[in-house]
Amino acid sequence: MQQPIKRAWYALPSLVRFILRRLAIGVLLCVGVTLVSFTLTQIVPGDPVAASLGDQASSDPETVAAFRQRFGLDKPLPEQYLIYVTNLAQGNFGESLQTRRPVADDLAKYMSATIELSLVAMTFAMLAGVALGIIAAVNRDRWPDQVIRVISLAGVSVPTFWLSLVCLYVFFFQLGWSPGVGRLSPGAAAPMNLTGLYTVDALLTGNWKTLGSALAHLALPAMVLAIYTIGAITRFTRAAMLDAFQQDYVRAARAKGMPERTVVMRHVLRPALASIITVSGMAFGRMLGGAVLVESVFSWPGLGEYAYRSALALDLRAIMGVSLVIAAVYILVNLLVDILYAIVDPRIRLS
Amino acid sequence: MTIAAPATVNPHRPTGKLRSAWLQPLGLVGATLLLIMIMAALLAPWVVPYEPNAQAFGRFLAPNATNWFGTDQLGRDIFSRVVHGARVSMPYALQLVVMAAVIGTVAGAIAGYFGGWIDGVIMRAADLVMAFPDIILAMAVVAALGPNLFNAVLAVVVVSWPIYARVVRSLILTLRDEPYVQSSRLLGASSGRALWKDIRPNVAGPVVVLAALEYGHAVLILSGLSFLGLGAQPPTAEWGSMVSEGAKYFDKWWMSAFPGLAILVVVLAANFLGDTLRDAFDPKSAKAFR
Repeated sequence: MQQPIKRAWYALPSLVRFILRRLAIGVLLCVGVTLVSFTLTQIVPGDPVAASLGDQASSDPETVAAFRQRFGLDKPLPEQYLIYVTNLAQGNFGESLQTRRPVADDLAKYMSATIELSLVAMTFAMLAGVALGIIAAVNRDRWPDQVIRVISLAGVSVPTFWLSLVCLYVFFFQLGWSPGVGRLSPGAAAPMNLTGLYTVDALLTGNWKTLGSALAHLALPAMVLAIYTIGAITRFTRAAMLDAFQQDYVRAARAKGMPERTVVMRHVLRPALASIITVSGMAFGRMLGGAVLVESVFSWPGLGEYAYRSALALDLRAIMGVSLVIAAVYILVNLLVDILYAIVDPRIRLS
Repeated sequence: MTIAAPATVNPHRPTGKLRSAWLQPLGLVGATLLLIMIMAALLAPWVVPYEPNAQAFGRFLAPNATNWFGTDQLGRDIFSRVVHGARVSMPYALQLVVMAAVIGTVAGAIAGYFGGWIDGVIMRAADLVMAFPDIILAMAVVAALGPNLFNAVLAVVVVSWPIYARVVRSLILTLRDEPYVQSSRLLGASSGRALWKDIRPNVAGPVVVLAALEYGHAVLILSGLSFLGLGAQPPTAEWGSMVSEGAKYFDKWWMSAFPGLAILVVVLAANFLGDTLRDAFDPKSAKAFR
């Protein structure tokens, strides 16, 4: 009975099968993520109503009853979960305790700042990390490798929040090279809202002064945010390239008398690059986490700063909203990376 | 296929001997630094010049001969507080790494050894936790439980066991079918005995290396939570919350510079040591947790 379905499935091209399979896993992961966040909202010690409403509102029995009914707190747990997921699917993350606005609106407002910051930081981290990794691998066990090893270990060891403060103190307070915290100088108007990314918006509208200001404000936090990821990508690039150096085709290429430069770039870096991209997808998640710390120091009005303020106010709905959005972004990025990988490297599709 | 003799393929790889790891300069530096910090933690009450919470000096004194690291907004000696901070961050991080390693190892062992639906359930749970960036999930857990150091440790355990589960599972999948494990099973050993007697010794090494590498991360995330106000609460002399207090008085650089430096030293030392240990181990097992 299942035979025709099975046959139809295997009749699909391997790439399509792979993408469908990964999509299914992605959807399952998203469902699981809501399960995790639902569990977390359940373990709040004491009364969840009091925790969500605050002292004043929870002293009013009518409000409490309305709240209980609205979120179905009087129903059994599985049903509560269904209500929770339905609300999420409709973009209803509840109301933030702190801003008294729907969490979904807050998330939409703060999202673009984080996207801008992390995209720039990620680009920077990949360029620097891959370059350092190549230098280390080519000079394996000689002094450049040792120096880079110490640098990359330092990169993954330095506390991000502290480095943010130090950089701000040195480059803003002492040297005056950086324009300081925030996305734009105080008083400057934001560019017309097209994408929400200030640099892109300013570029599109030809607003050069704002573009300069936005770039200057972006540079320091992006670099600080990139430090950890640079360390991670450097170490991985080195390891992946050393693996590739062991391959027979590299020996063959050398035996044919190819210049070492071509061997490194074409025969070693290219196969290594595919797995480097996968690792970068995972590193992106950690970078989004690091954004919380960097944004809170640099007063960068993004998701991380919002999460920080919400965490201090113990505003659980807002934090859950941030974690759900970031987890979803992370799952999506890794899905895209996997698909990209499968397109580049056909062997992956069949595994 | 093989043209050259493989004897010279890996001239730089240290042999499997653990002792050679300690002779690497990085490993030595890491071990020395860590030892100094551990001594500081153990001997703090005897080596610091002043009480960590005594408000005995002028406020906001820059580093000088009496107060080596200066004083804070309440006139407390920062050097004494930084040394005492080693008694907070380091043992708590150790505790949480041990807890995460034990939970993750047991979960990974069960998943890898028994396979089937148990494997599916445990590893999907691990995937789920890993889908969240760790500090954000930890923030959510702490916000749900209430902000204090103990809950912060619990939160970080919740987010850090999956990595051990993954590594242990992949090791067990290969070990399970080893002839010596199979023969021990055929001789009538229970699966528990096979896991404990035959498999555990081969998993212990990689887990210890992984724990060493994760220790630094644990210190970072724990102090990060305290920096955000979700871990240690004042007046506890904890490095992350000291940096956070210093950030409020931005021009008094010494207030956050020294506690942050202490975090950096501990994490760097742990990573130096962990990295060297990993290289010293069998490169095959090293691959599992790159």
